[in-house]
Amino acid sequence: MRVISIRWALLTAVLAIVFSTASQADDRDRTDFSTRGLQAKIEYCKTCHGLSGQGYHGFFPIPRLAGLQTEYIENQLAAFIERRRENKYMYDVAHVLSPATRAALAKHFMGLNAKPLGGAPRKLVAMGKKIYEDGVPETNVPACMACHGSEAKGQAAIPRLAGQLQDYIVNKLVNWNKERGQDPKHPDISAIMLPTSHNLTKSQIAEVAAYVSYLQ
Amino acid sequence: MKFVRSKIAVLALVASAVPAFAGDMGAVKLRNCTWCHGESAQGYGPAPRLAAQRSQYIENQLLSFRTHSRDNPFSKQYMWGAAANLSPRTAHYLAIYFSTLPAKVADDGDKELSAAGRALYEHGNPDSNTVSCAVCHGPNAEGIRGIPRLGGLSYYYLKRKLEQWGEGYDAAAATPMPRIASKLSPNQIEALASYLSFVK
Repeated sequence: MRVISIRWALLTAVLAIVFSTASQADDRDRTDFSTRGLQAKIEYCKTCHGLSGQGYHGFFPIPRLAGLQTEYIENQLAAFIERRRENKYMYDVAHVLSPATRAALAKHFMGLNAKPLGGAPRKLVAMGKKIYEDGVPETNVPACMACHGSEAKGQAAIPRLAGQLQDYIVNKLVNWNKERGQDPKHPDISAIMLPTSHNLTKSQIAEVAAYVSYLQ
Repeated sequence: MKFVRSKIAVLALVASAVPAFAGDMGAVKLRNCTWCHGESAQGYGPAPRLAAQRSQYIENQLLSFRTHSRDNPFSKQYMWGAAANLSPRTAHYLAIYFSTLPAKVADDGDKELSAAGRALYEHGNPDSNTVSCAVCHGPNAEGIRGIPRLGGLSYYYLKRKLEQWGEGYDAAAATPMPRIASKLSPNQIEALASYLSFVK
């Protein structure tokens, strides 16, 4: 009887070890797979957004992601999927991403600190700085600084603008009403920028975009 | 004799189109291009169409042949020598000249692969992390600045160019292309090259 119980105990112990090892291996595989999967996704993003997330001048200006708040990136990815933000290329990219992957991607890009890509006309910078800091009171344009911060680093769902591509910002502000807030049933934070995007002139947009594009 | 005269007429036209080409030197340089790329620069075999190509792209490529950073076998065999003695100024004017010529569409791909090529060009493949070509090359493959026009280039040239990145050539190109193209499958390359050969 004692022999049998020892055997049972041994068998149980052996089985326990075998199963626990197997389940550890499973966990490791899963972790490896998701790490590799995420790494491949990050590289995919960087193919267009730049190896350091600094942005790229393609046929369309491709925005800088480095240093953008996680909350902003996650909100935009959701907006592409929900068609609140109109962009057919980013819809294709985003609609296959799980919320967990989106969060991990946002975290990765927030942690990058690339130098600004540059390229904007320097002569616009001084006027842009004035608009950024003082707004344009006569046409009801508030100081950008009030929400985007004195160093244009943004906060929460309000994006960082420092180092963003000038042509990207111009493109967004000029087309704000056609790209943002496209689901009337679900208005989002983009509504804040709508009046300002109308009240800025094209040359003011170019100036303020040039200013922030050089901020580190 | 008629043949010779028409050549002279073409050269005269070129000389008048680009002031820097006035004089024999410009005409000689241009003739060196058109031996392979064709009189109206529509391309021939491995020599790509230059007509209507983005001038900044042509200029950058001429520079990359000179510095040997574009190093696929045909570049090495033909273009390294051809570009070796071009001054930056001549390269600049040659690029502008070719970019202003009207282009013919190659139309030589596999029609059955065209739809698949178009889908890949426009949407990429998010599941396999393949980016959309249109984001950089434009919705109609027209190119911009230093990013080349691809629409209407020959199937043969497009296919070889895409394959060469996967074979490790032209790896120094300061663009995302080596990384993108080296991950494309042979089927994807054939489909893309087919689609693009039909784009007007």
